[in-house]
Amino acid sequence: MLTLKDHQFTPAAVTVPAGERFRIEVENRDTTPAEFESSDLRVEKIVVPGGRIVVNAGPLKPGTYTFFDDYHPDQAKGTLTAVAGKARD
Amino acid sequence: MLASLIIVFREVFEAGLIVGIVLAATRGVRRRGAFIAVGVAAGVVGAAILAGFAGALSNALAGRGQEVFNAAVLSVAVVMLGWHNLWMASHGRELAGEMKAMGQAVAGGQKSLVAMAIVVAIAVLREGAEVVLFLYGVAAASDEGWVALLAGGLAGVALGGAVSFLIYRGLIAIPLHRMFTVTSWLLALVAAGMAGQAAAILADIDWIPSFGFELWDTSWLLPQDSILGRALHALMGYSDRPMGVQLAVYVIVLVVLAIGARRIETSTAKQAH
Repeated sequence: MLTLKDHQFTPAAVTVPAGERFRIEVENRDTTPAEFESSDLRVEKIVVPGGRIVVNAGPLKPGTYTFFDDYHPDQAKGTLTAVAGKARD
Repeated sequence: MLASLIIVFREVFEAGLIVGIVLAATRGVRRRGAFIAVGVAAGVVGAAILAGFAGALSNALAGRGQEVFNAAVLSVAVVMLGWHNLWMASHGRELAGEMKAMGQAVAGGQKSLVAMAIVVAIAVLREGAEVVLFLYGVAAASDEGWVALLAGGLAGVALGGAVSFLIYRGLIAIPLHRMFTVTSWLLALVAAGMAGQAAAILADIDWIPSFGFELWDTSWLLPQDSILGRALHALMGYSDRPMGVQLAVYVIVLVVLAIGARRIETSTAKQAH
C-alpha cells in the first residue's frame, strides 16, 4: 500500500517476498493525476486525483526495483526490494 | 517546458511510427489523407474524453477497467490490421498495377481505409490520453506557465510528427510493389505486438494464464523504456521480459497473418491466369 501526497510516495521503500505474485495499492491524495509506473516491475497505470488503484506484479528475483510517478519522475519515486523467503509485507 | 516536451514527444513518437507506416501502406488509395486525418482527429478527441473519464474507467470492473479497456482497443486494432493485410494480399497487386498505369491515386480500397483510420485512431487514443492527463496535471499545478507548457507540448507534437514523416518518406522510397510487401510485414509485426501486449495485460490481472511471467530478461541489453526499446515495442512488440502467453499470442498472430496472406495471394494469382 503506497500513498502519494505532495508528489512523494509513502512509504518510499517497501519489501516484498521474492518469487511470488504480489499486489501494490496506490492511493493518490494529490489534486493532479499521477501515473504509477515501473519498467522494472512492468507496471503502468493512471491514478486520478483522490483515486486508488491496484496492480499485480512479480514474481521477482531477489533485488531492488524502482517505481515512480511518470508525471513527476524527479520527485515521486521509490524502491521495492524483493527478498527471498520473507513474510508478506 | 522540457518536461512537457519530453513526455509529449515520447507518446506522439509511438503513435507517429504507426501513422507513418499506415500512410505508406495506404499509398495510392483515393482520399486516404482524409481518412487518416479523421482517424487522428478521432483519436485526439477520444483521448480527451478518455482522460475525462479516467477515474470512472479506473474504478470500473472492480478496478480492472483500465486494463480491460486497453486490451479491448488493442484487440480491435489487431483485427483491423489483420483485415487490412489480408485485403492487401488479394488486392495489392492490382493496386500497384493500376497505380503504375495511371501514375496516381486509384479508387477502391476504401473499406481498407476505414480499417486503417480505426487503427490510427486507436494508436493516437492510447498515447494521447496519457498526454492529456499529464498536461492537465501540469496546468492544474501551474508550476509552469501556460506559454511554456504549450510551447513544450507543440514542440513535442512537431518532433513526433517529424518522425512519422521520416518513416513515411523512408517507406515510399521503396519501389512500389515491394513497398506493399514491406508495409504488410511491418503491419503484421505491429498487429502481433499489440496482440501480445493485450494478452500480457489480461494475464497481469489474472484473467488468463501467463504461462510464465518472465521467459527471459534482456533489459540489460535493450531496456524497453529506452527510446530504441520504445520504438521496437511500438513497431514489433518488443518486450524485455515477455510472458509466455504474450509470446504465444504474438507467434500465433504472425503465423496466421503470414499463412493467410500467402494462401490468398496464391488463389488470386491462379484466378488471374
